[in-house]
Amino acid sequence: MELTDDELKRYRRHVTMPEVGIEGQKKLKASRVLIVGAGGLGSPVALYLAAAGVGQLGIVDFDAVDVSNLQRQILHSTRDVGHAKVDSAKERISAMNPHVQVETYQTQLSADNAMGIISQYDVVVDGTDNFPTRYLVNDACVLLKKPSVYGSIFRFEGQASVFSTVTGPCYRCLYSEPPPPGLVPNCAEAGVLGVLPGIIGTIQAAETLKILMGIGSTLIGRLLLFDALAMQFREMKLRKNPDCPICGTHPTINHLIDYESFCGTRIVADDEAEISVEELKAKRDRSEDIFLLDVREPHEYRIANLNGYLIPLNELPKRAKELDPSKQIIVHCHHGMRSARAVDFLRQAGFPNAKNLAGGIDQWSQKIDPTLVRY
Amino acid sequence: MNIEPQSGTKVFIPTPLRQFTNQNPELRVEGRTVGELLRNLAAGNLGLQRHIFSDDGKIRGFVNVYLNNEDIRFLQKENTPVNDTDTISIIPSIAGG
Repeated sequence: MELTDDELKRYRRHVTMPEVGIEGQKKLKASRVLIVGAGGLGSPVALYLAAAGVGQLGIVDFDAVDVSNLQRQILHSTRDVGHAKVDSAKERISAMNPHVQVETYQTQLSADNAMGIISQYDVVVDGTDNFPTRYLVNDACVLLKKPSVYGSIFRFEGQASVFSTVTGPCYRCLYSEPPPPGLVPNCAEAGVLGVLPGIIGTIQAAETLKILMGIGSTLIGRLLLFDALAMQFREMKLRKNPDCPICGTHPTINHLIDYESFCGTRIVADDEAEISVEELKAKRDRSEDIFLLDVREPHEYRIANLNGYLIPLNELPKRAKELDPSKQIIVHCHHGMRSARAVDFLRQAGFPNAKNLAGGIDQWSQKIDPTLVRY
Repeated sequence: MNIEPQSGTKVFIPTPLRQFTNQNPELRVEGRTVGELLRNLAAGNLGLQRHIFSDDGKIRGFVNVYLNNEDIRFLQKENTPVNDTDTISIIPSIAGG
């Protein structure tokens, strides 16, 4: 694949370096990279890979831009709020480098579509924000023998590595199982320093370019840890686990599985144990005797609350005795995930009347009280 | 928690677990082996106990423990000996993106 005069001018600072040269730049032009997630990590990855001249970029994201994304997701602008992330991503990339072809997938990557999408690319960059998709990306990449460039962030701390190469370890070698839902808060609940995904995503972009050009030492077999508060990088050795269920010597996973079930994140709809925000509003309007329990963290409570009684999910097992089992208890959190676990727990612990507020306080502010701050 | 500031082995606490250590990023904890040290760390601290150990007392599959920069699963696991010049890192999986 030849470079045009325009491209030679554009990539001059690359081509000047003997490690890249015209050959390296041609390899980038001939390459196809899939970016899963156009969020905090996906933003710098997409921008730098596009600027560097990777020929084809695929971007998977089902979501729309929310105003709270803009603190870190630099692919998207204020005017994009409410629109599909993949659309603003494509527009931004095309404006920056028209030589790059962008394919967008406005869908959730799933066991049904992952193999079909990933098989069209050379390298996958994992910038997702949840455990089920991370295991899905890993397994599909191992099965298809595609390197997966891993990055993950939490508050001030990030991790990066390169997984699922033929010789190196995979994500399952490092983490054989996900945490049970609710134990570890996600970014929406815990917050994240806006620049952190910028740093980790840029590392992912650098690793991707090196893999595509076949230069340098990549993070295969190494886990890079970054702490922005201490401003410290550390590195751990990673080994391929011979007992790994997908890349070990006797693999037991040889096709994609149900990742929501594997991660325990499938919410089983149980009408008995759930109540809508409209129903709660009606109960409050009728002054029914209900006890509203809020299982979020105190800092979330300070942002917005429904005057509920606060017991963070983590503390519920030892503080359940503060609750009255004869009362109708309605439990809420931010989106309804943590409170669903709390209701599960309470129903087994002798509170048969506990119900989960579907959609949480976020749904309440969308449908009942728009003056309530969303976060 | 059996923590003495002047002695013991340095333990790096990851961000998700700092809510159980008064936001302390590192602690010194006594113990002759990794297992003993982690049990001392979690003793009397329900949050750390639940995050590091499963109900049957095993280190959870989403928590990795490193002695210096080596995964203890490839050393002697919980029986890996430690001394005061070592550093233990607890590295749980995080999923944010």
